[in-house]
Amino acid sequence: MTQAAARSDDAPFDAIALYTFTGLAALAALLATAFTKDPSFRFHGYVMLVGFLVAFLTMTVGLGSGRFRSDQSRYADGVVRAGVIATMFWAIAGLGAGVAAAAQLSWPNLFYFPDAPWLNFGRLRPLHTSAVIFAFGGNALIATSFYVVQRTCRARLAGGAWPWFVFWGYQLFIVLAATGYLAGITQSREYAEPEWYVDLWLTIVWVAYLLVFLGTIWKRKEPHIYVANWFYLAFIVTIAILHIVNNAAIPVGLLEAKSYSAAAGVQDALIQWWYGHNAVGFFLTAGFLAMMYYFVPKRVERPVYSYRLSIVHFWSLIFIYIWAGPHHLHYTALPQWAQTLGMTFSIMLWMPSWGGMINGLMTLSGAWDKLRTDPVVRMMVVAIAFYGMATFEGPLMSIRAVNALSHYTDWTIGHVHSGALGWNGFITFGAIYCLVPWLWKKERLYSNQLVEWHFWIATTGILLYIAAMWVSGIMEGLMWREYTPQGYLANAFVETVAAKHIENVIRTIGGLLFLMGAVIMSYNLWRTIRMPSTASAELPLVSSPTPLLTAAE
Amino acid sequence: MSERERDEHSGTETTGHEWDGIKELDTPLPRWWLWVWYGSMLASVIYWILMPAWPGLTGYTRGILGKSDRAEVVGELKGLAAQRQAGESQLRSASLQEIEADPELQAYAMQVGTSVFGDNCATCHGAGGAGGKGYPNLRDDVWLWGGKLDQIRHTIQVGVRSGHANALGEKVMPAFGRDQLLTEAQIGDLTEYVVALSGRKADAAAVGRARQTYADQCSACHGPAGTGDATQGIPNLTDAEWLFGSDRTAIHDQIFNGRNGVMPTWEARFSPETIKALAVYVHANAGGVAEPVAPPAPAPVAGDAVATGAAGR
Repeated sequence: MTQAAARSDDAPFDAIALYTFTGLAALAALLATAFTKDPSFRFHGYVMLVGFLVAFLTMTVGLGSGRFRSDQSRYADGVVRAGVIATMFWAIAGLGAGVAAAAQLSWPNLFYFPDAPWLNFGRLRPLHTSAVIFAFGGNALIATSFYVVQRTCRARLAGGAWPWFVFWGYQLFIVLAATGYLAGITQSREYAEPEWYVDLWLTIVWVAYLLVFLGTIWKRKEPHIYVANWFYLAFIVTIAILHIVNNAAIPVGLLEAKSYSAAAGVQDALIQWWYGHNAVGFFLTAGFLAMMYYFVPKRVERPVYSYRLSIVHFWSLIFIYIWAGPHHLHYTALPQWAQTLGMTFSIMLWMPSWGGMINGLMTLSGAWDKLRTDPVVRMMVVAIAFYGMATFEGPLMSIRAVNALSHYTDWTIGHVHSGALGWNGFITFGAIYCLVPWLWKKERLYSNQLVEWHFWIATTGILLYIAAMWVSGIMEGLMWREYTPQGYLANAFVETVAAKHIENVIRTIGGLLFLMGAVIMSYNLWRTIRMPSTASAELPLVSSPTPLLTAAE
Repeated sequence: MSERERDEHSGTETTGHEWDGIKELDTPLPRWWLWVWYGSMLASVIYWILMPAWPGLTGYTRGILGKSDRAEVVGELKGLAAQRQAGESQLRSASLQEIEADPELQAYAMQVGTSVFGDNCATCHGAGGAGGKGYPNLRDDVWLWGGKLDQIRHTIQVGVRSGHANALGEKVMPAFGRDQLLTEAQIGDLTEYVVALSGRKADAAAVGRARQTYADQCSACHGPAGTGDATQGIPNLTDAEWLFGSDRTAIHDQIFNGRNGVMPTWEARFSPETIKALAVYVHANAGGVAEPVAPPAPAPVAGDAVATGAAGR
């Protein structure tokens, strides 16, 4: 590929390969759409066809005008910039869907649409969770990993045009998943709702992602691999394995949307929660720790606290997390010994998780004053604090006796949101506040004052949200287990729902505040991008005998 | 590349690596962190010794405490059944009328009935029993299957079109439109006729045209005057209560599709005493007047008496 790029009159091989692939994919989508009898499948066939055709035409024009040549002396930052924009776009969409779903829980009579089934809670809730985790979180991870791996390897992204395939292919996956939720095309597996053909598509995109990432590490000009890249790599590799195993299914027909899981019964449930818990572990923990390991030391300009701790907590996290899934199935048909292992490994996971928190927080030692002066640093530190809290609460909730009360209640929802809003949200926001001036070559953000507003509004939102969920979760857990003296359950289910009304309203307000913060941030970033650029960002990043890489594309 | 330097602030050496300006300190593992981690491992090992934990080729380590979730569930359910039996034994020998007449028994039955109704019946009939479209209102004095204590108990026991051998609802309403038994015009006219039956203004011409259709198709069940038959679950079309809605669209829809309600049999799930308590609750909830205690048990349908006590929930 490098040789091809050097000959300026030829179109590079990677771009031609991608061009061919896109054309073949468009043809496959056309045939599938034409011959299927399943309206759901045809609908998604059209979505894919449009996506591939647009890509094919764009590439036709691009190749004709000599684009797609990669300058090996520069970092590939265009795809990172696109990733940053996509991250913020999906943040607003995912948080908005969350606020809508919360409003439906608070005012079920007001927000119930019998004539619009795609807008009802059962469809909006998975749209919200997946939009936030996979669309917002996934784009944040892909974008930052592309940025970080280049800087810490001092090498341009491998694969020429293929990082763009990863980016757009992932957006296509998101659109297929999201429209699938709304149209009711689902496998009914939590966080793995998309049907088999969407899963196959994601597998292709993910393998391309892995190859781009590995290829970049392969051609690195640093002797060692930075810790952030270990975490990114663990995230990419493990998510691939989890995704493939959990989505093993047999389609009803090759031109049908519906499929049936390869496993059945409690085995199927265990595979699902092995997947579900490690999606938390490797997507929401390992991936975002990678983000932390680059952006926190970079922003506060202090060395990482402990190299040894990063090694020990990395490997212990990897080895122990993978066991913890059964704690999602306490007191079910799952054999008790499996529950025991799930619980004890969750407890042993506590300190490995906290290793990341210690390394993140203690990196600030010698720069604590930045908490006061730099709201972006404060955002990232609060993210680490929420990470620490959520990774303590998790093992606590995995204890069977605690789980007997907490399971199926809002407590779980609160736990997830302290992780998702506090940790994943804030560390991503912090990273993006760092990235935008760097990527668009600005001296600073448009307004630090707006970052302050974002920070305080969003923090208030998180606290309202999780406090309300603690109260309602423990209340409903207690109501569910209450018996009358006659030996019957004291509360009907609907009474426990009605009892949570106030908490649901508070949660809606909390979610709305968090969404407002993201809107303020988007405005701030947009104004930052519109500021005049500085030339100073063109300075070489490291002095080295190898050709210098500069931030540009 | 590997030149270690000393960090001024902490006094710790760096590892000598550097990436994009980021260095790493060579700080040892925090002692407290390591010890808490060891502690969590020790706690886990102790838990494994005590409880069912590791699988082998055949079976799993059972733990020296000999605990088993499944045995505990069985024990708890037995305890619960015993607790219920203790109270419910008072209801066993009493007739429904006697329970309603005795304040103590009635209070007990109402407490049981409230819980059981909330957990099982409210899903369809609503938390207060007010029903909804397709689900009968249990708070008024209109009853499809009779509103006397024994009739209510019987309905709960066998259900409606439930698959129970003695289930109620042998007669079903045909889907006159969907199955093309009547034309669209005939259904339109019939709709007007039904509107007229309930004493509302209707298109007189349509009513006239529908008269013969009603006599041929509907009156066999709903009666010539449309008053229905409470012994067969045939709704009265002349009153203000409508199971599937009272407006023209809803009436047309019902004639076209002929929906028939379904209610499960609760015999397998509840003991006869629980069903008694539930009947008393539903009767009282509807504002039922106390029935005389004296009359002999009304002829129960075969199967009533065989209801044996599943522990229920």
